[in-house]
Amino acid sequence: MAERVQKQKSNSEQVTEEVDATEVSTAQADKLKSELDDLLDEIDDVLESNAEDFVKSYVQKGGE
Amino acid sequence: MAIVKVSGIETEYGIFVRGTESNPVLASSMLITSYIESNSRDFETDVPAWNFEDEQPGADARGFSLESAMPPEVEMHLVNAVLTNGARYYVDHAHPEISTPECANALETLIYDCAGEEIIRQSMAAVNRTLPPGVEMLLYKNNSDGKGNSYGCHENFLVAREVPFGRIVSQITPHFVSRQVFAGAGKVGSEMLGVSVEQVPFQLSQRADFFEEEVGLETTLKRPIVNTRDEPHCDPQKYRRLHVIVGDANMSQVATFLKVGTTSLILSLIEDDVLGNELMLAHPVSAIRQVSYDPTLTQTLLMADGSRMSAMDVQWSLFHKATTYLESVGFESVGGELVGQKIIDLWEEVLTGLESDPESVADIVDWVAKKRIVDGLQNRHGLAKTDARLKAVDLQYHDMRADKCLATRAGLRSLVDASQVERAIRHAPDSTRAFFRGHCLERWPDQVVSANWDCLVFDVGRGPLRRVPMMEPLRGTQELVGKICAESGTLLELLDRLGAEK
Repeated sequence: MAERVQKQKSNSEQVTEEVDATEVSTAQADKLKSELDDLLDEIDDVLESNAEDFVKSYVQKGGE
Repeated sequence: MAIVKVSGIETEYGIFVRGTESNPVLASSMLITSYIESNSRDFETDVPAWNFEDEQPGADARGFSLESAMPPEVEMHLVNAVLTNGARYYVDHAHPEISTPECANALETLIYDCAGEEIIRQSMAAVNRTLPPGVEMLLYKNNSDGKGNSYGCHENFLVAREVPFGRIVSQITPHFVSRQVFAGAGKVGSEMLGVSVEQVPFQLSQRADFFEEEVGLETTLKRPIVNTRDEPHCDPQKYRRLHVIVGDANMSQVATFLKVGTTSLILSLIEDDVLGNELMLAHPVSAIRQVSYDPTLTQTLLMADGSRMSAMDVQWSLFHKATTYLESVGFESVGGELVGQKIIDLWEEVLTGLESDPESVADIVDWVAKKRIVDGLQNRHGLAKTDARLKAVDLQYHDMRADKCLATRAGLRSLVDASQVERAIRHAPDSTRAFFRGHCLERWPDQVVSANWDCLVFDVGRGPLRRVPMMEPLRGTQELVGKICAESGTLLELLDRLGAEK
């Protein structure tokens, strides 16, 4: 319901909202980017040390 | 008016024992038994058996049975437990599987799916305490081993029996093909014969490679986009249970919520016959792979009327039809305004984000979150597309070990509190018949002889066994029987009062 009310607001208010939304999404993108960098920095500790062997030995039977 | 879309999710987990030769059926049994023993004062008497009376996985919703179809066999000899939260925890083929209890809406279904993950983590910890040094059991919430073997994550929805099944098949298919854009869990490479990792380095869905038919009874061979298993587990005159096998298991809470929420909503439109046939695809089976193989989300699909639409176009059309429907009919079938509005808001957010820049929804879409890690690692070290570390990222995105799981490090957004999940591990939802099942199992586990979705059998110590049928998914709720349950000091008193009130 709140969504629809917002859409009926005047143009000037809409512009303000759009600016806010952009700022929010940029901040969100920066946050995601820095989290990804952190993750990649530590990924060697998380990934199985012998990736090739791990991937090869992960064999499942079909299910369902 | 569409009926309330009672829903639930069944998840088969990948299971893998390292350090010794092992049989996955035995490993799955050990996993479940370890959980039950670690949570039970007296394992032998505290865990009632599953009752197989109403299992007919070979029944076909189209009213016939294909000679060549292979209905799944019900495996009665395997470990099969019913938990105090109303869920079923069992060995299915070569995998441990958890079915959530019946839930009244998508948010509740999400909470019980999260509880299922936690039960798997606790089981894994319990079983690993019993294994010798150097041997470790590992669990994965994914749908494929990367070598052509797939296992499922099935959704279930309550649908009115009077809705012609043919209408459901033709009108839900465009949603199943296109919802991958937000519900796909992502996969490195393809498992289709003849499709190389150079051609498809990354795709949206774990499961798209495995679908060969538009509609059918199979779940393990020639998988169909719409499954026809007609096993309602409730009053078959009034209801059917749509058994959806086409989805991926999601790590993202928002993706799980949206997968169930949007499907509940589209099924409501179909039930009220307001969706129409304009979004029908010319070739759904090839379209499901076309969508999955296109992370740019720009390819168009051939529609039945000869026009072309992208998966995003199909999703926006469904979104607009759904919002129009909700404005006139209301939110009742999808769990009320709070949940319904959340479905609409998040659906709009995810489609808007995917359209402008998929990276912007890396906190809610699994395939985007996974792809960023795969691409990031590849770029940082200049890895070849075939490097095993990229496939290891794919697997470990779904790792149930907290210290080895990449999804939990990907910055995914939460929709539910840890306290809600904690409660859901032990206690059933108030809002469906699972309440009654869970209540009885919590209070009188020794007297529940057997349980299944639509019936409980009790031994009250004297006289014949007492059977309580539960053919209505929305009866046996806290609201309807909570007071009688709370006031009854003994099981016998409860059964007598329930009998008297019927």
